[in-house]
Amino acid sequence: MNLVLDIALTHVRSRARQSLVAVAGVMTGVGFSIMMAALMEGSQADFMRQLIDALPHITVSDERRQPPSQPAESLYAAVRIHGLTPESRRRGIKNPMATVAALESWVPGAVAPSVQAKGILRYASRDVAASIVGIDPHREPKVSALVKQMREGTLTSLFRANNAMILGDRLAEKIGAKVGANITVQTSDGARLNAQVVGLFHAGVRSVDEGTAYVLIKTAQILAQQTGLINEIRVRVDDAMASRSVAQRIERESGYKAVSWQEAHEDLLGAFVVRNVVMYTVVGAILLVASFGTYNIISTITHEKTRDIAIMKSLGLPEVTVRRIFVIEALMIGIVGALAGWAMGYGLTAALGSLEFKVSGITDMTRLPLIYSPFHYGIAAAVALGSSLIAGFFPARKAARLYPVDIIRGAT
Amino acid sequence: MSMPTTDVAMEVRATAALVEARGVTRILPGLVPTTLVHDVTLAIGHNDFVAITGPSGSGKSSLLYLLGLLDVPTAGEVRIRGRATSAMDEEERAFTRLSTIGFVFQFHFLLPEFTARENVMLPMRALRRLSQREMRERAATLLAALGLADHVDKRPDQLSGGQRQRVAVARALANAPPLILADEPTGSLDSKSSEQVFEILRELVEQHGKTVVAVTHDLEFARRMQRRIVLEDGGIASDDGKGS
Repeated sequence: MNLVLDIALTHVRSRARQSLVAVAGVMTGVGFSIMMAALMEGSQADFMRQLIDALPHITVSDERRQPPSQPAESLYAAVRIHGLTPESRRRGIKNPMATVAALESWVPGAVAPSVQAKGILRYASRDVAASIVGIDPHREPKVSALVKQMREGTLTSLFRANNAMILGDRLAEKIGAKVGANITVQTSDGARLNAQVVGLFHAGVRSVDEGTAYVLIKTAQILAQQTGLINEIRVRVDDAMASRSVAQRIERESGYKAVSWQEAHEDLLGAFVVRNVVMYTVVGAILLVASFGTYNIISTITHEKTRDIAIMKSLGLPEVTVRRIFVIEALMIGIVGALAGWAMGYGLTAALGSLEFKVSGITDMTRLPLIYSPFHYGIAAAVALGSSLIAGFFPARKAARLYPVDIIRGAT
Repeated sequence: MSMPTTDVAMEVRATAALVEARGVTRILPGLVPTTLVHDVTLAIGHNDFVAITGPSGSGKSSLLYLLGLLDVPTAGEVRIRGRATSAMDEEERAFTRLSTIGFVFQFHFLLPEFTARENVMLPMRALRRLSQREMRERAATLLAALGLADHVDKRPDQLSGGQRQRVAVARALANAPPLILADEPTGSLDSKSSEQVFEILRELVEQHGKTVVAVTHDLEFARRMQRRIVLEDGGIASDDGKGS
């Protein structure tokens, strides 16, 4: 065997206890940082998933980014007109079925038309404003997670009664209505109808749960007092992360305002950036503390071998060879520690993942959201190896630079 | 690594001393600089058996380290086989030690984790002139020649003081160097082991043509050697060798 490798191996083997402590030091650092990263990034991914699932990935509305130019403005380009009453247009997406068909031809995902209306729900003399969404119960499951979010009843319950309605659970709580209750819906235009609650859903996003009611498209059109109205097209993209660019293309091609979930939740995504900084700081701190431990142990081992370094140098072993011995020892400890740390990190993550929590307000048990990312394992191992390398290199270089006689003189 | 070719080496060997000091001075720097060795000039030829003696603190060991290239003189020049060593870089000095000089210290200085054989093989493995099998055999032969045939695979802590010192001698002989430097080789041994180690050193000179330079405070041993150099306060007080 190679001389350097042989001596390094013998050192590590013959000081089993010390080597094990060093390996354990590296292992805990790597293991815990992997667990922390899995937990922090997992919870973020879970939150993100809820965010994505709460709403369709893209909503195409009948609005435009720029207010439409008024006829007077286009006629007299050089004139500024004050106090003009803008021409009012008929609401809704023009030729909605053709638009839906056009989108379906290229959008990677599913498309469903819907109607948005605003109304006041009244039950037992309690009034709550809500946005009323007319949906197609057959198409809706393809564009949103509503089916999974149903707490009571199903989407097809909408067909069961006249003016059937599915409420967000918090909204139902606010007005005190249960499934089967007959409530009154009134819009600002004066339309009014009696509806029956046939189901409840829980999206997990408060603003949605306390302010949204689902009805059939037909019912929403009655409330909006406009037959054939479609004022929102909901899109679910196969790759949620691509929503922004798909939305941009829809907007370019159709001219209607298409809002991706990223745009809708810009403030939350901004908070994620801060959260990411926090996460990397915490994980980085764990790794840093762990690498100080690693450095401490490995450099102590190297220092204790100063006499051996002097002996080997006095025999005529070149400085490079002597230095290499200790660097390789440190690397061995680093590698074994990192591998053990991987196992420990995986074990800790799995153990955390198997814990069940009872969260108030939700009936079923939840588990900690965790993710297993090779990136975390790679980073943790790289930092551990790096600090081991430094811990072996610098003390060894210092010792190997000494004239052996300085050490021998001290020993005799 | 530049080494003279064999022919040149032979020529140099024939004309020059094996190891030579010219006006060598070593001062330990510090708040109060200490002069360890002061202006020493001497030459040691081939197949010589030299004792360096003197009171403690007279610079015996320091002179030996300088002759063995373990230390660098503050002034003056150490020559090995006629070759100046001041111009050598650290790697070259290490190689010269490895191939030309064998060291025996007062304490055995064996690597504690390795067996006697592995310790003896260490300089051979660093020099890489023999195959692994040849190294193992040579180590066993050397150990057997020093009466350690039964202790080849024992670690230093399983050996007595005298046995350890003999392993150290075997290690010093590993690469067949012409020059053996010994620093109080019997200093930590009982009288029986001391006698044994001394006899081994004498045999190396008389039967194997080596040159042995030993620092010793044992005047009885010094008396039995070919030449005595007495140091006092870092300088040579007397030298009964002819010099060369």
